[in-house]
Amino acid sequence: MTAPRKRLSTATLVLLPFWAVVIAAYIGTMLWTVQISFTASKLLPVDDYVGFAQYERLFSSTRWIVSMQNAVIFGVLFITGALVLGFLLAVVLDQRVRFENTLRTIFLYPYAMSFIVTGLIWQWLMNPGLGIQKTVRDWGFESFSFAWAVDRDMALYALVLAGLWQASGLVMALMLAGLRGVDEEIWKASRIDGIPAWRVYLFVVVPMLRPLIVTAVVLLSISVVKAFDLVVALTNGGPGISSDMPAKFVMDNLFTRQNIGLATAAATVMLITVAAVLVPWIYAEYFRKTRKGAAA
Amino acid sequence: MKELVRSMLVGAAFSLAAMPAGAQEKPRAEVMHWWTSGGESAAIKTFADAYAKAGGEWVDSATAGGENSRAATINRMVGGQPPTAAQFNTGRQFDDLVSQGLIRPIEDLAQAGGWKAAMPASLVAAASRDGELYALPINVHGQNWTFYSKDVLEKSGVSELPSTWEAMIPALQKIKDAGFTPLALGGQPWQERALFNAILLQQGGKDLYMKVYQDKDEEAVRSEGFRKAVETYGALRGMVDAGSPGRSWNDSTSLLLRDQAAIQVMGDWVKGEFTNAGEKPGEDYGCTIGLDDTMLMVGGDVFVFPKTDEPAKKAAQDLLVETMISKDAQIAFNLAKGSMPVRKDVDTTSFDACAQKGLKLLQSEEGQAPVFEILVSASLAGSVDDVVTQFWNNPSAEPDDMVEGFVNAFEIEG
Repeated sequence: MTAPRKRLSTATLVLLPFWAVVIAAYIGTMLWTVQISFTASKLLPVDDYVGFAQYERLFSSTRWIVSMQNAVIFGVLFITGALVLGFLLAVVLDQRVRFENTLRTIFLYPYAMSFIVTGLIWQWLMNPGLGIQKTVRDWGFESFSFAWAVDRDMALYALVLAGLWQASGLVMALMLAGLRGVDEEIWKASRIDGIPAWRVYLFVVVPMLRPLIVTAVVLLSISVVKAFDLVVALTNGGPGISSDMPAKFVMDNLFTRQNIGLATAAATVMLITVAAVLVPWIYAEYFRKTRKGAAA
Repeated sequence: MKELVRSMLVGAAFSLAAMPAGAQEKPRAEVMHWWTSGGESAAIKTFADAYAKAGGEWVDSATAGGENSRAATINRMVGGQPPTAAQFNTGRQFDDLVSQGLIRPIEDLAQAGGWKAAMPASLVAAASRDGELYALPINVHGQNWTFYSKDVLEKSGVSELPSTWEAMIPALQKIKDAGFTPLALGGQPWQERALFNAILLQQGGKDLYMKVYQDKDEEAVRSEGFRKAVETYGALRGMVDAGSPGRSWNDSTSLLLRDQAAIQVMGDWVKGEFTNAGEKPGEDYGCTIGLDDTMLMVGGDVFVFPKTDEPAKKAAQDLLVETMISKDAQIAFNLAKGSMPVRKDVDTTSFDACAQKGLKLLQSEEGQAPVFEILVSASLAGSVDDVVTQFWNNPSAEPDDMVEGFVNAFEIEG
């Protein structure tokens, strides 16, 4: 009777440092951030509580509203785009094409680069003076125009494009692994029934890949929320504030504008938003199923 | 006994041997700054050389971009790993650091060195808190200069640069029609705001400028003069090239160097780029303060010295202050940087025609207005940047939008 209890306490003991780190580094700093957001802190944290004043200030800022809207637009386009593109690439590679290994490496390669590098590459490509636009014009197509990064209506889509270029390869790799796991018997059965391949993909294979899709969505959502480096390298939030992102708003106020009260308020709003959207969904995806499984 | 004496002698010999080594331990100064462009790095090198000559060891810690560099500095100071010295702009950027007791006052060094009286009063005031000097001003930058390419003006048939903004707009249009970029501007919020402030000071006058930024007077913002400056600013939106958004100031200057653009409104650090490219003021390019050489917007750079208890670090700071403010270093540095010496008592004959115009205005208090950063907090400066950049980048934004934006920013940030 005593042996298991003893083993349990040893395990707990060993895990204690880990728990301490988790509680202090993650939950502790999170709570500290929330606490600062209720103070009048400027450059350094102070204990002068001002209630919801920072939040009022936050939501009266056009820049914050625009950056929240941008995050939503960017998020929806980026996640759906990366899923669709990645899945299509995986399907193409799954046809046992020649040079599959080479192609797979090429498609996955952008993911090996940091967002900063991605941003810089696309900044050059979309720079009207030295990128694609100039090259095509030099070929003789004088009216050709491709300068998204400096166009205030298109800058946000420039971010989406660069993001897709980077992340589609990852989705492709995930999906390809899933496709390879689909039982050959299913394909044989569908061929006997004379079902066109696209219908099999859409109605049989995609539902089977559900866990992988969930993983991909979680990974992609994380990069949407923390979208900072890509924005800084590609457009720096401009022209004007047209491609601003919440993370950039937070960083600006945290460091250069000496406004950590406002910055932490913005960070708290981001946290709440993410929690409100993701937590119920992840709960439904993972936990409901395990409980169902347990019941059965 | 003999043993003891011998061991003491040996000990003494060792300590004697160790002493000169200790004295020769070079003061080591890690200096954080954001001078990374061609002209700028040439300038900071003169300080580094002077420091090495004075017997110190200079450790250069440069970060591109003022905002990034200041963020890094503040992070390290708050984290307890401060550099020996760090660059800031003259103004209120380091206010909170002073009130948190993170910065070493250098009033004692100023008294001992006797150079404080030779500095422009407004800059000393901006670097002091409660009468004590907390930052070392090292140069004077005029921030409302207009530089122009003589070639481009000539080729577009503009014989002389107009001396008012009213006359400037049609001239710029003429340059545009001739196929050049009229205005070389890097579309970063701080540059867009610098342009607006130069126009406000020139067209609205010092009174209005001070009422707006010092008194945060709503009536001044709603006044006809302010509106006119906004309208002029709005008219310039069509005068930049397509590559403008997000471009750095020195890449914009290179448009002038390559004779692709006509004018650039910027601080005199631009001159360092011209000098670096071998161009001469008055011959290859022209310069004017405001547009009529009557009012200089005075700002500059300072170094702050984080508080430290280590005597070695203090000694390194002392030597750094002494080196940077010495007359020779002032001349060498400012010649390379394109700025003006912060001491009035140095020999300025080696400075070029442009700097002479600025130096003349520096002699009198009426010919100067402080830069925006001296007058407003970092947070309000940020909000003003947001308002200005939204107006600049939205061709359909009306002057009223910008006026309302200013009123809002002042209300929220105070």
